[in-house]
Amino acid sequence: MSAATGYRPSATLPIWAEVKRQASRRRTQLALGFMALLPLIVLVAFEFGGSDDDDNGGGQFSSLVDLATSGGLNFALFSLFVSASFLLVVVVALFCGDTVASEASWGSLRYLLAVPVPRARLLGVKLVVALMYSLLALLTLAGVALLVGTLRYGWHPLGSTIAAEIPPGEGLLRLLGILGYLAVMLLIVAGLAFLLSVLTDAALGAVGGAVLLWIMSSILDQIEALGVVRDFLPTHYSEAWLGLLSTPMQTDDMVRGAISAVSYATIFWSIAFWRFTRKDITS
Amino acid sequence: MIVAGVVVAAVAPDRDSWTTSDQMIAVPEAPGGAGTIDLDSRLYLPRDRDGKVPAVLLAHGFGGTKNSVRTDAQSLAERGYAVLTWTARGFGRSGGQIHLDSPDYEIRDGQRLLDWLAARPEVRTDATGDPRVGVVGGSYGGALALLLAAQDRRVDAIVPLITWNDLGRSFLPQSADTDATGVFKKGWAGLFFGNGAAAPTSEGTAETPDGSGEQPELPQTLPPGINPACGRFAADVCAAYLSMATTGIPDEAALAVLRKSSPAPVLGNIKAPTLLIQGAVDTLFPLSEADANARGIAAGGTPVRVAWFTGGHDGGLGPQTDQDRTKFLTAQWLDHYVKGEGAAPADSFTYSRVAGFSALDRGLVTNGYSVDAYPGISGTGRSEISLNGPAQPIANPPNGNPGALSSLPGIGGQLSTVLAGVAGDIPGQHATFASEPVATSVDVAGAPTVRLRAASPTGEATLFVKLYDVDPAGVETLSAGLVAPVRLTGLPKDIAQAQPVTVTLPAIVRRIQAGNALRIVVSTSDQGFLTPAAPTTYTVAVEPTLSLPTMVGTPISNPQVIWRYVLAGLLAAILLGLVVVLLVRRRRAARAPTVEEFADTPLVVRGLRKEYADGFVAVEEISFTVERGQVVGLLGPNGAGKTTTLRVLMGLTMPTRGDALVFGNPLVPGAPILSRVGSLVEGPGFLPHLTGEQNLRAYWQATGRPWADARFDEALEIAGLGDSVHRRTKNYSHGMRQRLAIAQAMLGLPDLLVLDEPTDGLDPPQIAEMRRVLRRYATDGRAVLVSSHLLAEVEQTCTHAVVVNKGRIVASGLVDDIVGESPSVQIEVTDVAEAERVLAGMDVASVLPDGATGLIVDMNGTARSEVVASLVRAGVGVDRVVPRRRLEDAFLALVGENSRGSGDR
Repeated sequence: MSAATGYRPSATLPIWAEVKRQASRRRTQLALGFMALLPLIVLVAFEFGGSDDDDNGGGQFSSLVDLATSGGLNFALFSLFVSASFLLVVVVALFCGDTVASEASWGSLRYLLAVPVPRARLLGVKLVVALMYSLLALLTLAGVALLVGTLRYGWHPLGSTIAAEIPPGEGLLRLLGILGYLAVMLLIVAGLAFLLSVLTDAALGAVGGAVLLWIMSSILDQIEALGVVRDFLPTHYSEAWLGLLSTPMQTDDMVRGAISAVSYATIFWSIAFWRFTRKDITS
Repeated sequence: MIVAGVVVAAVAPDRDSWTTSDQMIAVPEAPGGAGTIDLDSRLYLPRDRDGKVPAVLLAHGFGGTKNSVRTDAQSLAERGYAVLTWTARGFGRSGGQIHLDSPDYEIRDGQRLLDWLAARPEVRTDATGDPRVGVVGGSYGGALALLLAAQDRRVDAIVPLITWNDLGRSFLPQSADTDATGVFKKGWAGLFFGNGAAAPTSEGTAETPDGSGEQPELPQTLPPGINPACGRFAADVCAAYLSMATTGIPDEAALAVLRKSSPAPVLGNIKAPTLLIQGAVDTLFPLSEADANARGIAAGGTPVRVAWFTGGHDGGLGPQTDQDRTKFLTAQWLDHYVKGEGAAPADSFTYSRVAGFSALDRGLVTNGYSVDAYPGISGTGRSEISLNGPAQPIANPPNGNPGALSSLPGIGGQLSTVLAGVAGDIPGQHATFASEPVATSVDVAGAPTVRLRAASPTGEATLFVKLYDVDPAGVETLSAGLVAPVRLTGLPKDIAQAQPVTVTLPAIVRRIQAGNALRIVVSTSDQGFLTPAAPTTYTVAVEPTLSLPTMVGTPISNPQVIWRYVLAGLLAAILLGLVVVLLVRRRRAARAPTVEEFADTPLVVRGLRKEYADGFVAVEEISFTVERGQVVGLLGPNGAGKTTTLRVLMGLTMPTRGDALVFGNPLVPGAPILSRVGSLVEGPGFLPHLTGEQNLRAYWQATGRPWADARFDEALEIAGLGDSVHRRTKNYSHGMRQRLAIAQAMLGLPDLLVLDEPTDGLDPPQIAEMRRVLRRYATDGRAVLVSSHLLAEVEQTCTHAVVVNKGRIVASGLVDDIVGESPSVQIEVTDVAEAERVLAGMDVASVLPDGATGLIVDMNGTARSEVVASLVRAGVGVDRVVPRRRLEDAFLALVGENSRGSGDR
């Protein structure tokens, strides 16, 4: 007689229970809601924006702006482009950085551990659910953008100024590829935020810290004098998905980006698990 | 900090693996003359060399200096070569005038440099005065390599890059198969003449090593003594330029100068193995120049290898993959033919084709291809494309203005700009002949040909034939900005009588994507060329067949592909690591020993000690037991170590020493036995956005146990929150949360209930109710452990008590034993002295004063009524008699009056 009847460590904190725990939270609903709202806001902005065509900055950005209204695929691409560098980072940091730290700050973490939910299982479930929500946010953004963009601008080939137009069917696949790569890159943020979430009881510290470090890495990446060091910055390959817009696709940078992202995420998560399974819970 | 370390490591200078020495080398000013000029030179020597090393003569491009090739010199020196760089005569700090790689001047200078190298003790020699040497150079330096190898057999190998075969053809290109003089390439010629006209300039402009894109600073004023029309050009070269640029038709003297400076006539003399590297984005010296060189040298039986890269005078160094490839080929060539190391390079021909843009640096990405032997510029196959379009009249603008734009000479390095197409045609000046979209992709590599017919009222026509690639969206691209200038003479006035001439377009490397159309445009003007000044209207027609040379090479494995394997390996390693970690954990979890002796005891704490990392000892040593049916109070002042003990019981904290056993199972984080413990430690912890009921449900869901086992209603009843249970917990009062937390701890009726200060925040009726609940709970073989710093709490709730202070147990046992009536009594009397006297006469153990009017009397079995009666009889007034209790004694005696604990525990 070692455990209560019906208790199995592997059955504690079922994924679905954690999904519900997070789903009932306002910040989850707001974050996901905003992901759905953003494409609509962008759409409305385009509608009211008029067409006084001044040069908007140059580079591939302006080309994406110019092409954003050329079809649903381009609208979705534009929505992703403007969100990828900051908004998605914040959302992923929120889902992954808040998950453990908020339980700690509420004091409910110790009761979960006294259930007992094995620590590694608790982290594992929390991580999986946080990643699921992050992916859901990404898919919501892209899905809504694709939907409203297609309804408003039609189903047209994916255009870009650096390559010929891509037919809609293949364009959709490219868009999925871009989503996949963004998801992989955001693993770095997810890893960092999750690690900080384990290390601190302050949810804000975990989320803010992850975003802060991400921005710092982005800034360092702008400094070309750093040379080869830049290749090791977590944000260095964050825009490699643009290679999917050219024909044929340029995937070399994406492969290296994926290596970087997977390595960083693995390191961060390993430290998180190592630390959490050993530390005294003081919250 | 790690980042900082890496930054420092990357930026910190390494010790160079070469040494340099600068010297001016004197060479004859003119053949046969007595005067000398000095050539500004620098010798790079490998720092670690055993014995003599082979040498490389590294020449710079037009307008450059010895510094232009610095990085290449350094990398060659790293490979173990003595590298001699110098500033050619007429440039930089070197003396003399520019003779355009004349065999009598620049090439003789090269021979003197070979002499100089042979005399250096560090340089390996084949014979006295014959150094083991290769000559490498781009553009101007490439032609020098060819001409020097033709003139001097001491040269052991050459690597000419992006250079010319026939300078006349380069500046007066003629793409039609006629003998008429070509069209003067005024854009490039002017640019070069302007460069050479520059007076000696300050050194140090590090330039691209292959000679492209040299842009030395132009001085504001010319120094005295220099002909402002010619700058540092030699008189004959200057005169040749001036005559050509004026009329567009070179005179005999100009042709002689150009011929003398061309490798074409002397290629047969070259015996040094030659590696020719030519750029496909080069409107100055297109691929056909290298082709002519390759054929000329190969005709003499000399080993020749050719490579193309995506770059050149317009395209710059090209993408990194191309730079790596050409560097590798150069090193391989020199190593074998000069150093004598490594296998003989293969005969294979390598080239690259633009594959797209890199997302990161916005540069181009190319794929490399290889074929077994150099096929020339006519490809290994042909693809015929039909063109449609009637004969069209086109106007020649007076003085070539406005003129069509095809390339921008001199902005080398802007590869993407060139490829994106700056091309633009002027309406009325061009005729278009278009094809249908191609059904399948065509890999063009070489010079396309088309047959052109033209009529002109003057009998002559200067035309430019271009091949556009048009994508389905209508965007047209002029590959590499290359055009075919044609000057036709003896033309009829009527197009019907015009004979077709074959026009060979510049060689390109391009994939025509399926669905793209091709367009031949014949135009009358191009800003890069000199066209007839008089306005004329020509009529042009193109025969319907466009012949495209094709080549299907084997893709050179992209070194980047290795990263895919790295990624796959990384993922596999992570998976493997995960599996190993899980297995190890499972094995570890399996060996949790059970102490059979205590298998039926709810809680046994044995020698528990907890030290924190900072050395603070929260619990010195605590041992106690909670049996079934007991309600045990853990009593102690704040900071006595109660909470730390309870944290261990919740599996939150690992004890430093000792252990806690629940039914014989040690309590470690995540131990399954914790499922039989219900707990409330350090206050409630609820999800603020959920209601009380939802919180309890969420908690029970986390246990993964059947819903029926929760005894949910009983717990809710204990919480006694009424309808408030449906409100969000963030709106709860402290007491409500406390009750909800106790209910949560009781969910599932665990065998052991651990409550930390359970009555905290409750009002007196609730406290009374809670006491009843706890006492009732401990029936049915369950047990309760309550911690409190309130004596009354423990006294009224518990059956047993454990008193802790400063991390140690000071008393433990039945509450009745501890808390029960003590043998001593506190008596307050009116006359203390008299009372003491009376008591001394009675059978009591001790009498101690307690304040001004009090006495503490150890009764020793004497009845209190008897003592009071005796005192009253003796006339001592008794204000009150208070029975003392043992626990209070112990508490005060052991804990002391000092209300401060041993620390915040």
